[in-house]
Amino acid sequence: MSENAMGSTMVEEQFSLGERALALARDFAAHKKKAGGMPTAWLEKTMWSLGLEVHQQQFSHTLPFPDESRERYLVRGTNVYGILRAPRAASTEALVLSTGCAPGPHNNQAVGLLLALASYFRGQIYWAKDIIFLVNEHDLLGMEAWLEAYHDVNITAVRSSGPLGRAGAIQAAISLELSSDVVTSFDVAVEGLNGQLPNLDLLNLFNAFCQKNGLLCTIQGKLQRSDWDSLPAYARSLQTLLLMVLAQASGRPRGEHGLFLRYRIEAVTLRGINSFRQYKYDMSTVGKTLEGMFRKLNNLLERLHQSYFFYLLPSLSRFVSIGVYMPAFGFLILVLILRALDLWMKLNKTDPGGSDQLSDSDHGPSTTEAPRLLALVPPVLVCHAAGLALYYLPVLGQSVATQHFPVSEAEAVVLTLIAIYVAGMALPHSTHRVLGGPGSVAAARGWMVLKLLALLYLAAQLTALALLNFSLGFLLAVTMVPAAAATAPTGPRVLLALVLVLATPAVTLLLGIFLERELVEAPAAPGEGWQRFLGALGQGLLLHHLHGAFLCPLLALGTYPCWLLLWNVLFWD
Amino acid sequence: MAAAEPSTGWVRAAAALLLGCCGTALSSSVQDQAEQFFRSGHTNNWAVLVCTSRFWFNYRHVANTLSVYRSVKRLGIPDSHIVLMLADDMACNPRNPKPATVFSHKNMELNVYGDDVEVDYRSYEVTVENFLRVLTGRIPPSTPRSKRLLSDDRSNILIYMTGHGGNGFLKFQDSEEITNVELADAFEQMWQKRRYNELLFIIDTCQGASMYERFYSPNIMALASSQVGEDSLSHQPDLGIGVHLMDRYTFYVLEFLEEIHPASQTNMNDLFQVCPKSLCVSTPGHRTDLFRRDPQNVLITDFFGSVRKVEITRETISLDRNIAGYESKLPKDELAREPRKYAEQLPVARIIHQKPKQKDWHPPGGFILGLWALIIMVFFKTYGIKHMKHIF
Repeated sequence: MSENAMGSTMVEEQFSLGERALALARDFAAHKKKAGGMPTAWLEKTMWSLGLEVHQQQFSHTLPFPDESRERYLVRGTNVYGILRAPRAASTEALVLSTGCAPGPHNNQAVGLLLALASYFRGQIYWAKDIIFLVNEHDLLGMEAWLEAYHDVNITAVRSSGPLGRAGAIQAAISLELSSDVVTSFDVAVEGLNGQLPNLDLLNLFNAFCQKNGLLCTIQGKLQRSDWDSLPAYARSLQTLLLMVLAQASGRPRGEHGLFLRYRIEAVTLRGINSFRQYKYDMSTVGKTLEGMFRKLNNLLERLHQSYFFYLLPSLSRFVSIGVYMPAFGFLILVLILRALDLWMKLNKTDPGGSDQLSDSDHGPSTTEAPRLLALVPPVLVCHAAGLALYYLPVLGQSVATQHFPVSEAEAVVLTLIAIYVAGMALPHSTHRVLGGPGSVAAARGWMVLKLLALLYLAAQLTALALLNFSLGFLLAVTMVPAAAATAPTGPRVLLALVLVLATPAVTLLLGIFLERELVEAPAAPGEGWQRFLGALGQGLLLHHLHGAFLCPLLALGTYPCWLLLWNVLFWD
Repeated sequence: MAAAEPSTGWVRAAAALLLGCCGTALSSSVQDQAEQFFRSGHTNNWAVLVCTSRFWFNYRHVANTLSVYRSVKRLGIPDSHIVLMLADDMACNPRNPKPATVFSHKNMELNVYGDDVEVDYRSYEVTVENFLRVLTGRIPPSTPRSKRLLSDDRSNILIYMTGHGGNGFLKFQDSEEITNVELADAFEQMWQKRRYNELLFIIDTCQGASMYERFYSPNIMALASSQVGEDSLSHQPDLGIGVHLMDRYTFYVLEFLEEIHPASQTNMNDLFQVCPKSLCVSTPGHRTDLFRRDPQNVLITDFFGSVRKVEITRETISLDRNIAGYESKLPKDELAREPRKYAEQLPVARIIHQKPKQKDWHPPGGFILGLWALIIMVFFKTYGIKHMKHIF
C-alpha cells in the first residue's frame, strides 16, 4: 500500500454482531414486503434508535424511454441515510457505507449488516471522520440523486427535495451487496462510470484485509490461482484482464460505487457471493473486514492519491500500470500515422508530374487541383449528418415510431438506432457523384485525401479516448486500425468490405458481448446474444441520458462518422 | 623515676604528633571531598526535548520524546528547566482510542503522558526558527519564561531530538528542515555566549549520525540511533491503537534509564552500549572527541538528572583558597587550548588542498547529441549539402 497513513492491517477488529445483523435483515425484509417498496419509516426509526442523525431525500426522474430490463419509466423514490458524527472531531470529512434497497428478496442482509455496523461503530470513540450510512432506492438513479443533492450540483435532470444534512467532504465510499446469510467469497468491483477507476490503494486495502481475515476474495468473479507462474494461471489472469477491459470499455458502472468516482471519491463495491463451496463465512467475519477497512480509512489524513488511478487488473494482487500498457496503444496509433504519412507522400509525389502538365492545357490542372479539397466536404458533411441522425433521431422519433409500428418505445428506439446505422452504409452510392468528372486524375486520387483525413481523424479520436477510458480506446483501436489502414478502393472489394463491416463499433459490441459471456463461463447462444445486444444498446442510451455516460455520443458523433468516411473511401467509384 | 618521665613525655609527644597528623589527614580528606564537590563543573541541568513530526502515524515520535521527558523528570530536572516541544497532539487526537494517554509499551503498560506533563512548544509552534531561538536565546521579550532556555555557563544541557531525518537534515513538521550545519552553528553560538557547560545531544532518526558530524564546539557529546545510510526502525505496534508505539533505540534507552536512580554512578560508556545491532537492527553511534572529560568519568545523572548534592560535615573547611585556585585554573585551561576553527571541520579545507580528481570520460548524452544533430541539419539545409566537403 502506497499511502503511509493507512499503514498495514494493524488493527484489532472486535465486531461480533453478526447475529444482530441477520435479525435486522429479517426485520427489513418483512417491512419491505409490507410496504411494497422501501420501508422508509422503519429505516428512519431504526437508525434513530441506533443513535444516528437521520435524514431522507425524495427524488423523481422521468426516463427518456421506458427501461424494459427494470420495468420503470417514471421513477420516484426515497433515500434514507444516517450520519454518525465523530465524537471528537469537527465534521470536515466523511466516509460512506451504502447499500441499495432492491425489490424482492435481494440485498436484505446488506441492509442488516449496515445497521449492525452502525450500532457497533456508534460505540467507538476513535472516529475522526463522520460516517454516513446510506440506503438508496432504485440503485443508480437513487445514488445519482443523492450525490447530486449532497454536492449541490445539477449534472443530470433528476429532481430532488431540498438541501440535505451534510457531513463534510467524502473521502471514500464502500457499496455493499449481500443477499445471503452466509458467504463463500467476496467479489470486488472497481469499474465506474465511463471507465473511471478508484485509487489502487483502496483495492489493496480490501485485499489486505481479506487475507488477514482469511476471506476468499475474487475479482470479476474469478479466483486467483495459487500456482501463479504456470500456463493455466496465465490463462486465468488473461481472462480476468479481458473481463476488466470489456467492463471498463462499456462505460457502465459495475456497482453503485461507480457514480462516486466522478466526484473524485474513491469507492468500490463489495459483493458477497454464496456459491457451492463448502467453507462458508458468517456475517461477523464480513463485518470484521468492513470494520478493519473503515478503521484504516479513518486514519487517512488526505485523499487517497499515492497509488495509481489508471491500471488494469489481471488478478486481485497484480496490476498493470499505465506506463506499461500505453506504449502498446501508442504503437497501434503509429500504424495509422505511418499510413497517413504514406498517403501524404504519394499525394505529394504526383504533384511535380501535374505541374509539368501545366504547359499543356490552361485550365486542365486547375480544375483537377481545385476540387481536391472541396471534394472532401460532401462526404464529411454527410457522414457527420448521419452521425447526428444516429444520436438524435432514435429518442426523438420514438413516439412517431410507436404510432406507425406495433412496437414498444424501448424496442422502437433500439430498432431505429440499428436502422439508421445500417442506412448509413448505403450512403457512398449517393455522395461521391457530387465530385467533378469520373475518371479524372483528381477523382482517382481523391480517395487518398479522404482516407488521409479519415485516418488522422480516427487517430486523434482514439488517442483522446484512450486517455479518458483506455479500455474503450484500445478495443476500438484493435478492431478499427487494421481495417482503416487496409481500406482502399483498389484491391479485393468484397473482402475489404467484410473486414470493414467486422470492424464497425456495433459489431465490436456484439462480439464483445459474446466474448464476455464466454469468459464468465456461461456461453450465450446466438439468439440470446442478440437479445443481449439489443438490451445493451438500450442501456447505453439510458446511461447516457440518465447519468451522463459518454459512450453513446462518442460512438454516434465521433467513431461512426469516421467509420462511414472509411466506408466511403472503400466505395469510391 | 627519672627514666620514666622522659618516656611518657615522648609518648605524649608521639601521640600529639599522631593526632596532629590524623587531624591534618582528616582535614585534607575533607578538603579533597570539598574539591570533589565541585569536580563535575556544572551547577544546574536543563533539557530540551524535541519531537518534530506530526500526523497520527508518527505517534511513536511523540512517545519517544515523552519517555525521555518522563525519565528526566523522575531523575530530578523540574519542569521549569525542561523545554518540551511536541509537534502534534497524540493524546487528544480524535483517532486515539484511549484519549489523554500516550503509551510506550504495547498492551498499554506504560502511559508516558501522565497527568502532569507540561508542553512548552506545541503543534505548529515547533519550527526550526523557534528551536534555534530557544537554543541561542534570541527570543522576543514577550516570550514567557517557560519557553526560554535560561541556561548559563555552569549548565549541563541534554538535547533530545526525534522525527524523520536524512543524511544531514532533520525534517520539521513536514514542511521544513534543519541541517547539521545549522545545528553546529547554533551550538557554537551557545558556546560563545557561554550558554552551556557541557552538552549531550541524542538523536533518534534515520541516518542520525549525520546530524552530529559537523559539530565543532567544545564539550559536546553526541549519540545517534543509526549511521549514515541506515534507517532507524520502530519497535512494536499496538493492535488496539493501530500504530507503532516507540522507536527501537529510544525504547532500549528508556529501559536503561528506568534502572537509573538519582544516586547511581552509571557512566556514559554504559549508555553507549545500550542498543546493540542485534536489538536495534541499526548501528547506534556516538561522538566524544569534542568532550573534555573521559566518558568513563561522566555520570548519566550529570545530564539526565538534576543532582542537588548535599554533604554533611562537622569540620570547618576554608574554601577561599580552593575556589580562587579553581576559578583561576579554568580560564587558563580554556585559553591554553586553541579554539577549533569552523573551517577546519569542513571537508572543504581538505578538498582545496587536493588535486582535482580525474573524472572518467563519458560519451556525450542524448541531449547534447540531439542539439548538435539539429545544428548540423539546419546548417546543411540552409547552405546545401555540397558544403560538406569543405567541412570534412
